Amino acid sequence: MLLDSLHLDAAAFEAGTGWAIKPEGACRGDVCVPLPVEARADGDVDVEVVAQRLGMPLVAGDGPDVWAVGPATAPTGRALTTAVAPELELPDLRTGDLFRLSSLHGQKVLLLAWASW
Amino acid sequence: MWQELREELHSRGLEIVTVALDTEGADAAKPFVDRAAANHPSLLDETHKVDELFGVVNVPNGVWIDEQGVVVRPAEPAFPGRNPVLDSFEKLDLSTFPPDVAEMLAEAKKIKTDPPAYKAALVDWVDNGAASRYALSPDQVIGRSQPRSSDEARAAAHFELGQHLHGSGDHAAAIPHWREAHRLQPDNWTYKRQAWNFEDPVRQGRTPAYDSCWIDDVKGIGAENYYPPFVP
Repeated sequence: MLLDSLHLDAAAFEAGTGWAIKPEGACRGDVCVPLPVEARADGDVDVEVVAQRLGMPLVAGDGPDVWAVGPATAPTGRALTTAVAPELELPDLRTGDLFRLSSLHGQKVLLLAWASW
Repeated sequence: MWQELREELHSRGLEIVTVALDTEGADAAKPFVDRAAANHPSLLDETHKVDELFGVVNVPNGVWIDEQGVVVRPAEPAFPGRNPVLDSFEKLDLSTFPPDVAEMLAEAKKIKTDPPAYKAALVDWVDNGAASRYALSPDQVIGRSQPRSSDEARAAAHFELGQHLHGSGDHAAAIPHWREAHRLQPDNWTYKRQAWNFEDPVRQGRTPAYDSCWIDDVKGIGAENYYPPFVP
């Protein structure tokens, strides 16, 4: 996720990383990782603290106020932290409208990654 | 390519969602979707988000998700019962191509896939759900998803910074970030092929921008290892 500040609101953090900041910690699917109190400041998320707790790399970009936070390496050390599918929100090439993977609950889904190159 | 399979399996409870990993955007991917007259969701992923979210490292890759939104097979090579790209290479007379293209095609012909086995497994899951031997438990799904060390996570961050710079018009500034992504996660082919393709479309050959290219890297790992085998 790209950042222009190391403090942002919890909704933006969740939309960008998939991790919801809740009273019990940073949660994704059925997994919650407890957070230290300094992870939250005035309702915002302190990205440095949360990133360190979740094992997310924080990489500075070329200019001032640009960072990319990578995916979590904790707690499983695998690409998937939980088998609960993450939300995926992307534009549909046929219409340009945003599509949410969770709209297909109740059906089996084959998610198929391909490329033109 | 997937539309036909979707027609066959949609009434039996399967939806197919294709995701185009194309930093070049809709102009690159949409013509394929239009030509296929796809009637399933056909998404565009310019930042290769599915690499981060699902552990995709090559294409084509499929992820199975059940009715409750739980992954039952993590990202793995996926084929709709055949592989039209590799099939088309079988009939080619390599002596009619320029030497570098012939070398590339000769390697591509060694790539191993088993499209009928993949399709049979998919159909078995569609018909039998959780009782299918191909539907994995949550622990198996996590354990079989790609490894994610600090290096692999940093690779995703650098790929995204590169995509951001490229998208804002500074392609040259993107290259060091993409080189770093390749160094940190050398077995991620979507990061490599995407970047190579900007310098040398289709052929993805040797260019000054990168120390790697398709032919050298495929020969390096052995073409037969380009896709891991299907494991029930």
